[in-house]
Amino acid sequence: MNVLGYLLDPASWMRPGDGIVLRIIQHLVLTVVAVGIAAVVAVPSGVLIGHARRGHAAVLGVSQVARSVPTLGLLVLMVLLIGVGDVGVGLPLVILAVPPILAATVTGMRTADHGAVHTARALGLSPVQVAVRIELPLAAPRMVAGLRSAAVQVVAVTTVAAYTGAGGLGRLIVDGQRVGPGGYPQMFAGAVLVAGLAIVLDALFAAIGRLVVVRTGSPRRIAEDQALASVL
Amino acid sequence: MTRDWLDADVSYVVGLIGQHVVLAIVPVLAALVLSIPLGCLISRSGRFAGAVLAVFGVVRAIPALALFVAMPVFLGTQILDPLNVATALALYAVTVLVRCVVDGLRSVPEQVSRSAAALGYRRWDQLVLVELPLAMPAVFAGVRVVTVTAIAAVSVAAVIGTGALGQLFATGLSEARLTPVLVGLVLTVVLALLADGLILLIQRGTLPWRRAGRPA
Repeated sequence: MNVLGYLLDPASWMRPGDGIVLRIIQHLVLTVVAVGIAAVVAVPSGVLIGHARRGHAAVLGVSQVARSVPTLGLLVLMVLLIGVGDVGVGLPLVILAVPPILAATVTGMRTADHGAVHTARALGLSPVQVAVRIELPLAAPRMVAGLRSAAVQVVAVTTVAAYTGAGGLGRLIVDGQRVGPGGYPQMFAGAVLVAGLAIVLDALFAAIGRLVVVRTGSPRRIAEDQALASVL
Repeated sequence: MTRDWLDADVSYVVGLIGQHVVLAIVPVLAALVLSIPLGCLISRSGRFAGAVLAVFGVVRAIPALALFVAMPVFLGTQILDPLNVATALALYAVTVLVRCVVDGLRSVPEQVSRSAAALGYRRWDQLVLVELPLAMPAVFAGVRVVTVTAIAAVSVAAVIGTGALGQLFATGLSEARLTPVLVGLVLTVVLALLADGLILLIQRGTLPWRRAGRPA
């Protein structure tokens, strides 16, 4: 069986209502919207919690628990409770995207260079100014690492969401499986494309992370910080 | 309704739990055994380390389901073979754990390495008896993350027909019943948190010098 058959067949790409191009767009839209909404929720909360330096342990605890939730279970639960549709599919995506962004923002704010923060306070900056003009730029690389982690995760969850009726590249896997043994090339195409999408988004955020760095720390320390943050 | 279902299928669910544990834990252990020597080798090699870690970073971004689906091509197995899941998870775990070993080794203060050398430790002993133990907290942190992630990821394989406890979600969806889904969710999360706690206990047990308070 030619495993690459589906991927290399031009008809697969442009089929109306079901083509690969459409699936890629659906997947991207779901991912961008979910991460965007999660960021809108998580970044301000993270800035507040991180600046106040309270509730940090709780946030890490929530992150650990969130990591243990099986995504398929959450998706099926939501669909059974709310039904298939934008909310039924989108809500679990947003819920799963919030913890990494929140944890990264809180950690970034907390570990902002203490010398800089104290200097700013000594110079008379108000707490809001300290948070926005000092801590936030210093926390930015960590935050971008959190967004990166969330984006990769949402791409993965969106893939699984096809099982509960969503669109996106996961449909290639789910539909291909329903065809039977002959549908494997379609499934393989879905796997390869999803992997590619995840890798591209990951690289994109990695590049943004490097651009956002305020040149205070040593390059090596900043690089290590980025790398470690992407593992967590 | 709930009671009947639970009583009748307890042995089925227990079987799923057993499958789930094996599918998640064995790959992580295998990955750990591979990652420690691999990490030691890589941490010594400078530029080569950067390239390898970059490749690992790329692999780490790939969604679990994509790996599960693609494995038969590389392993020559059938799509329903649990080996696909186990290998994919082991691969993911290696990418994370090697990074942790390298970071852990690199965080060993130079004075410690120099003292060990000055005390007469040979290179090998220095690595195994001094630097590696000091790197272990980072490795344990990685093992906890990887184990929890693996336990959650196994159930995703239900999309392609395997998936241990994930089968409960498939059943719940196809029969539009909440009970199996809730049971599956609770069991998976509890399993993951138990595993996390267990690893933490093992860490505290085997790294006694950490109990005396954080080093500066």
